Amino acid sequence: MSVTVKVMNRPEAGRTSYLRAALKGMGLTFKHLVNPEKVTLQYPEEQPDLSPRWRGTHRMEVHADGRPKCVACGLCPTVCPANCIRLVGGEDDQGNRYPVVYEIDEFRCIFCGMCQEVCPVEAIHVGVHFENGEYDRSRFVYDLDRLMEQDHPTTLLWDPSDPKSE
Amino acid sequence: MSGLSPGVFLVTSAVKVVAVFSVLMVAVAYTTLAERRVSAWIQDRMGPNRVGPFGLLQPIADGIKNFLKEETLPGTSTKLFFVLGPMLAIVPALVTFAVVPFAAPLPTPWGTVPMIVADVPIGILYIMALSSLGVYGIVLGGWASNNKYSFLGALRASAQMVSYEVALGLSLVTVLMLTGNVTLTQVVFEQQHLGLWFVLPLSLGFILFVISAFAETNRLPFDMPEAESELVTGYHTEYSSMKFSMFFIAEYAHVITQSALMATLFLGGWDIPFWHGDDAFYFQGQWIQGFDAAGTPVLATLAWWKTLLTLGAFVLKTSLFVLVYIWVRWTLPRFRYDQVMQLGWKIMLPTALAYLMLIAGTILVLDEISVPFGLTYGLILTVVSMIGTVVFTFWLDRDRVISGASPSARWPLPQSMPSVDVPQLSETDPSQAAVGAGGN
Repeated sequence: MSVTVKVMNRPEAGRTSYLRAALKGMGLTFKHLVNPEKVTLQYPEEQPDLSPRWRGTHRMEVHADGRPKCVACGLCPTVCPANCIRLVGGEDDQGNRYPVVYEIDEFRCIFCGMCQEVCPVEAIHVGVHFENGEYDRSRFVYDLDRLMEQDHPTTLLWDPSDPKSE
Repeated sequence: MSGLSPGVFLVTSAVKVVAVFSVLMVAVAYTTLAERRVSAWIQDRMGPNRVGPFGLLQPIADGIKNFLKEETLPGTSTKLFFVLGPMLAIVPALVTFAVVPFAAPLPTPWGTVPMIVADVPIGILYIMALSSLGVYGIVLGGWASNNKYSFLGALRASAQMVSYEVALGLSLVTVLMLTGNVTLTQVVFEQQHLGLWFVLPLSLGFILFVISAFAETNRLPFDMPEAESELVTGYHTEYSSMKFSMFFIAEYAHVITQSALMATLFLGGWDIPFWHGDDAFYFQGQWIQGFDAAGTPVLATLAWWKTLLTLGAFVLKTSLFVLVYIWVRWTLPRFRYDQVMQLGWKIMLPTALAYLMLIAGTILVLDEISVPFGLTYGLILTVVSMIGTVVFTFWLDRDRVISGASPSARWPLPQSMPSVDVPQLSETDPSQAAVGAGGN
């Protein structure tokens, strides 16, 4: 039997009580009543303690000169299971590829993090962030500038040698 | 009554009516907040704490919300009774409070004003008459809604009221026997006089009264009329907006009134323990504190600060019981309907009757051997009652009070279950199954 199964030993007939059992139960609830440690998170004031591997809103890494790190290789729109990334690549005078259009539809995204895993230059990341409410549906398609503006921490990738991220 | 001139009596009564009504309504509002906060704390949550400091303005927000909500009137309801239901529910709950003394009398330049809305000579009988009237609102509302769940809730409410009113009345009779009168002012005075609150000499009566009072107010574990997991929300399923709110207010007003009654009948009312300076009783035209050894009345010394202190004591005791009401609600699960009936008729009624006989016999013996009404008298009764309580909680409570969900040796399932013809569905013919499922 699994360790998580709690076996309740029911008292045999004639050994049960109601009044005293009720008082016992009231003792238990009283312990919780006066227990100062509540589980409620006073959310806007208190922030939840997110895991470093939390996969949330995307961000695009930038070079020191402000250009996106993305080389428009096309791996992320290929691997994306939700098909939420739109990428149009271009090439500059030196033959460097760069994204002309890079859009992520945050509504379609399932936050699997495969874009981050597949990216050869570590440009696109999912982030430790979830507060991305908007007043307009169209605002949920993040363009390249928007993705580069994001400044929340990026998600830690799963490390097979350290499976619990310790 | 109480030696006031008619004009002063009218004015003070009007002031008391307004004051008690407003305080009661505010108390009801804050009991709903207390319910939500305490339930939250019991479940390790925090409860409403956003509206105002510590959520103290939450009841006002709730009130505004209920006023502004859409009022629905089911087309198939009986309109007159549908509207009458909530009114009938709320009135008895508020009116019962009139006979509860809530503080020591207040001396004023125009005479001593007793701190009770109406010191009617029928005190407890008035309570018995009105507290059971509350169920009419529930029954009328449930029936007029023309909804099966409301109707079932109303049926359960009436059955429960009939069952527990008996035990409630019988447990009150023990108080009457010890007091010798039915006015609540005298009940309070006799507890001061005895030197013991009736919770000790009548401990089992207290337990029976508390259990019956829970059933009377339809609070968990006796909330059969509401039973949201079985009956949607029972009798007030069809109600919305202020009509629903009135049922809600009625429930909490009942809770407060019953708590005040428990405090008055068994916990000395506004009496402050271990101090006789606050004792006061209107006896033969004057306010007395008690009797001296020779039996002559000792005049009471009244003061406004004593009134305030005793009011504080009364509020404290009442809030304690309100807290117990809330605490029990968030601890105990609801009874099954058969358990409610079994507890009411097979346990509460015989126990109350037996206890009544026990107390009557003890009082008779004590009076025959002329033990003076005082501490010794009370202590003897305490010992007798303790025996009753121990029997009730240790012998009767062995699988006899409430049986568990599984069949036990004492409450076995019937040996022969009635046989029911179950139509056999043919597995090879899916069309027949489809007809069976859709042919209602």
